Amino acid sequence: MLKKRKERPQNSINAGSMADIAFLLLLFFLVSTTILSDQGITVKLPPWEITPPRPIPEKNVLTVKVNAANELLVEGEPASVSALKERAKEFISNPKGSPELPTRPKNAVISLQNDRGTNYETYLHVYNELKAAYNELWNQRSHRLHGKAFADLGKAAKKEILQEIPLVISEADPTDYSGD
Amino acid sequence: MAKFIKKRGRTSPAINTSALPDIIFMLLFFFMVVTVLRKSSLKVRTEIPRATELVKLRHKSLIQHIHIGAPIDKERGNAPVIQINDAFVRPDAVETAARMFRQNAPELQRGLVTTSLKVDKKVDMGIVSDVKISLRKASQLRISYAALPRDNE
Repeated sequence: MLKKRKERPQNSINAGSMADIAFLLLLFFLVSTTILSDQGITVKLPPWEITPPRPIPEKNVLTVKVNAANELLVEGEPASVSALKERAKEFISNPKGSPELPTRPKNAVISLQNDRGTNYETYLHVYNELKAAYNELWNQRSHRLHGKAFADLGKAAKKEILQEIPLVISEADPTDYSGD
Repeated sequence: MAKFIKKRGRTSPAINTSALPDIIFMLLFFFMVVTVLRKSSLKVRTEIPRATELVKLRHKSLIQHIHIGAPIDKERGNAPVIQINDAFVRPDAVETAARMFRQNAPELQRGLVTTSLKVDKKVDMGIVSDVKISLRKASQLRISYAALPRDNE
C-alpha cells in the first residue's frame, strides 16, 4: 500500500555565482587594505627626570638652532639645510684631525634647539639631515670594516659600530619667541 | 588539392571556469589576512612631510598613533589639535593616554611600544613640543615622526 517514495532528482547547486560573490568580497578587502606600512624617523626621547648634564667641552658640541622664521643657525652662523649634512659629518668624524673638533666620534654631541614657532616640516627636515649624516658615517665605517652596508650587518657588528659612532642628538628645550 | 584544406571545427571549446572561485577565494583570504581595518576615523587634517632616513615600524599592534593638525571640521577653527583614537585631547592629557596604551600592551613587549606622531607639515613646533614633554613624563620614549619617502635630491 505504501507508496514508494520517488527518488528526487539530485539537482546540483549552481556554483556559477560563487565567483561573483567572492569577487565582491575581494573588492571590499582590496579597497580597505592599506599595504603602506607605517614608516617614519624614529627618535628616542630623553627621560623626564634629567640628571644635570656634565659640562661638555665647547669643541665637542655642534649647536644647531632653528628659529621661528625657519632660519638655521649652526655654531652661531647662518647656514642652509642642504649643507647641514656635510657639516655634521665633518664635525662627527673630524677627518683632518682639527683641534677645534671632537677627537673621537664618541665625544661628538649635536645639540638641536628649535623655537615653538618653528615649522614642523623644517624641523623634521633638519632632523632628517642630522640622521642622514650619522647613517652615512655608519655606512662608511661598515663598508671599510665588513665590506657591506650597515643595514646588512649582524647585531653584534652593528653594536660595535654604534659604540664607535653613537648617535647623540641632544634636544634643548625650545625657545619661545613666537609671541603667542 | 582541396582535401588538404580540411576545415576543422573552428569553435573554441568552452573554458572551464570551475576553478575560478577557488582562485578568487585564495586572493580573498590573502587580503583578509593582510587588511587592518582602521579603528578610528580621522578628524584632523594631516599631510605628513617627506624625509629620506625612514625606518619601517613593525608590530602594528604596539603602535599608538597621535594625529596633530588642523581640524577637518571648519567650525572648530584653524588651530592645530591633537587626536588620539577617536577624540580630541589636550596636550597634557596625552600623558595619561600614553600610559594607558603602554599598560595595555603585553608586559614582555612593553619596551617595543612606539608612538607614531602623524603631524601635519604646516603645524608649529609648540604643540609638538608639548606632546613630546607629555610622552617623556609618561616614560614613553620610543617615538617616530611619521613621514613619506622622498627621493634623494
